[in-house]
Amino acid sequence: MSGTREPITRFEGPAVALPRDNVDTDQVIPARFLKTTSRTGLGAHLFADWRFDASGGRRPEFILNSPAAAGAKILVAGWNFGCGSSREHAPWALADFGFRAVVAASFADIFKQNALKNGLLPIELPAAIHAPLLRHVESVPGALISVDLVAETIVLPGGAARFSIDPFARECLIAGVDEIGYVLRHADAIAAFEAGGETDRRA
Amino acid sequence: MRTIIDKIWDAHVVASPPGAPSLIYIDLHLVHEVTSPQAFDGLRARGLGVRRPHRTFATVDHSIPTTPVGLPIADEVAARQVARLEANCEEFGIRCAGRGHPSQGIVHVIGPEQGLTRPGSTIVCGDSHTATHGAFGALAFGIGTSEVEMVLATQCLLQRRPKTLRVDVEGRLPPGVCAKDLVLAIIARIGVDGGTGHVIEYAGDAVRALSMEQRMTLCNMSIEAGARAGLVAPDDVTFRYLAGRPASPSGAQWDDAVENWRQLATDQGAAFDRRVSIEAGDLSPMITFGTNPGMGIPIDAPVPQPASIGDAVARGALTRALEYMQVDAGRPLLGHPVNVVFVGSCTNGRLSDLRDAADILRGRRVAGGVRMLVVPGSQEVKRAAEAEGLHTVFLDAGAEWREPGCSMCIAMNGDQLRPGEYAVSTSNRNFEGRQGPGGRTFLASPATAAAAAVTGVVSDPRRLS
Repeated sequence: MSGTREPITRFEGPAVALPRDNVDTDQVIPARFLKTTSRTGLGAHLFADWRFDASGGRRPEFILNSPAAAGAKILVAGWNFGCGSSREHAPWALADFGFRAVVAASFADIFKQNALKNGLLPIELPAAIHAPLLRHVESVPGALISVDLVAETIVLPGGAARFSIDPFARECLIAGVDEIGYVLRHADAIAAFEAGGETDRRA
Repeated sequence: MRTIIDKIWDAHVVASPPGAPSLIYIDLHLVHEVTSPQAFDGLRARGLGVRRPHRTFATVDHSIPTTPVGLPIADEVAARQVARLEANCEEFGIRCAGRGHPSQGIVHVIGPEQGLTRPGSTIVCGDSHTATHGAFGALAFGIGTSEVEMVLATQCLLQRRPKTLRVDVEGRLPPGVCAKDLVLAIIARIGVDGGTGHVIEYAGDAVRALSMEQRMTLCNMSIEAGARAGLVAPDDVTFRYLAGRPASPSGAQWDDAVENWRQLATDQGAAFDRRVSIEAGDLSPMITFGTNPGMGIPIDAPVPQPASIGDAVARGALTRALEYMQVDAGRPLLGHPVNVVFVGSCTNGRLSDLRDAADILRGRRVAGGVRMLVVPGSQEVKRAAEAEGLHTVFLDAGAEWREPGCSMCIAMNGDQLRPGEYAVSTSNRNFEGRQGPGGRTFLASPATAAAAAVTGVVSDPRRLS
């Protein structure tokens, strides 16, 4: 497959830890910022209620306000990252802030799909690898992590680990394939399907 | 032998390229103002139209005010978003129940009302509560904006076949226990990620005994257990609900459709990837105490103590949730003061929900210092409620009777908590700040919400009915 989007193969960058489970997309970007009709500029509101207090001041204890977060490319979180709302504004905000991957023990389904469609890698690691990594990045904010999507390997401080991304999504990301363009190439199959009548008569 | 999930899936596979996800045909695409503008921009950038406008239906619900429709939208950003949806629908030839339209309402309330929601169909919307439509035996799930654009352009989605989870609810719900209590109990049991990667089929005698509106409440919160979709096989209850709806088939076509819909039920002996069984008779009214919908307890049960949790990560999460909520572990929430009561949302904004709340409020007053908002799920719900005088019950009790919309469920439109306030809410999410920054949410049924409104504290509705 040949592509029209920016291909993703390998990258390296500082990681920061958000040692929480069930981080929901209302935390990633609160609903009051969803009135925009644009998909850009949302990084300013990433984790708004954890980053800022009611008067807009930075909460110094939150990791994204630490100097180590400057230039961070990888966010390491706990289980079930991205649960709740289907808002694609969540990966838009993470990517706009500069993140290129979220590493977690597991992801919510819709977030994972939305992330893949925006070149933000949802990297799921087995608990036995994830837990020490999370602890390490928590104690060494800004620790360098490198990601190789082609080899499906993540090189961590102290070792490497394999991960797996849906093979089709992975191929699209590596080749920069636009999925809508891909589906449009099946226009004949779609038309043939539609010519077959109402779907509730086919069960 | 196939499950209902397999049957619907199989009937919608357009193509299965080797190694790639299947192309699944989408029968109905519901659209709202918040998750669609960027998708329409994408179409324009590609020079594409909407492939099947007649399979697409739009409304405004998330960001609109619930004040009288004659007033302009004061929030300029929200006003622009609403105007953008209306303009996009005009440009692309999509039906739109805009503000003030007699069919306007929360997208998951109006789909069924209009008869757009059909058994055996695939339904998507840029909204995670799309599983609501699963109550009719449809495979309905939430999608992101990139997928909204894909469906607008192609009427298809790329999907891997989901795993299946059967939740059997046997026996009978006790008096005073409703579908909201049931789904909160299911989520508390399997966890907020217990359904990840799965589609849930809810079955068993207790599910069969639910009305369509209750089944919608049940399916609606599937995503709060991590499942993108949840459904109930259609039966006579379903068909009675759909008969005569504006978009429902009629005459011979109706008979033909019902005949087909009857074939959807899971075959005897079909295998599921996972099964969970719940005894309905054991359930009580439920309420959440924490910051995700899995943190729910029977209303008279104590809030769990962090010290009782073995797993360090879970203990930390519970500790943080209790700190945010500022509730006491080891004691029930009963008697906990409440500032706001919200009755509404795609979970509990239908006529029977309003009746449940009105039954408690009738002849009583909302307690001093408590604000109660009642927000019907649609214009049609509002008209039906007013026709039977429910609005006067609410107004006489001192509650607010508002215009349809998502309102304080998502708090985008100005209906929101102030920092530190406590709400008993019939909505679906108790995440930190979901109902306003710093706000604290107890999720519960309409009856439990109304009981809190009249007493000013968390109360067991069975003692008031």
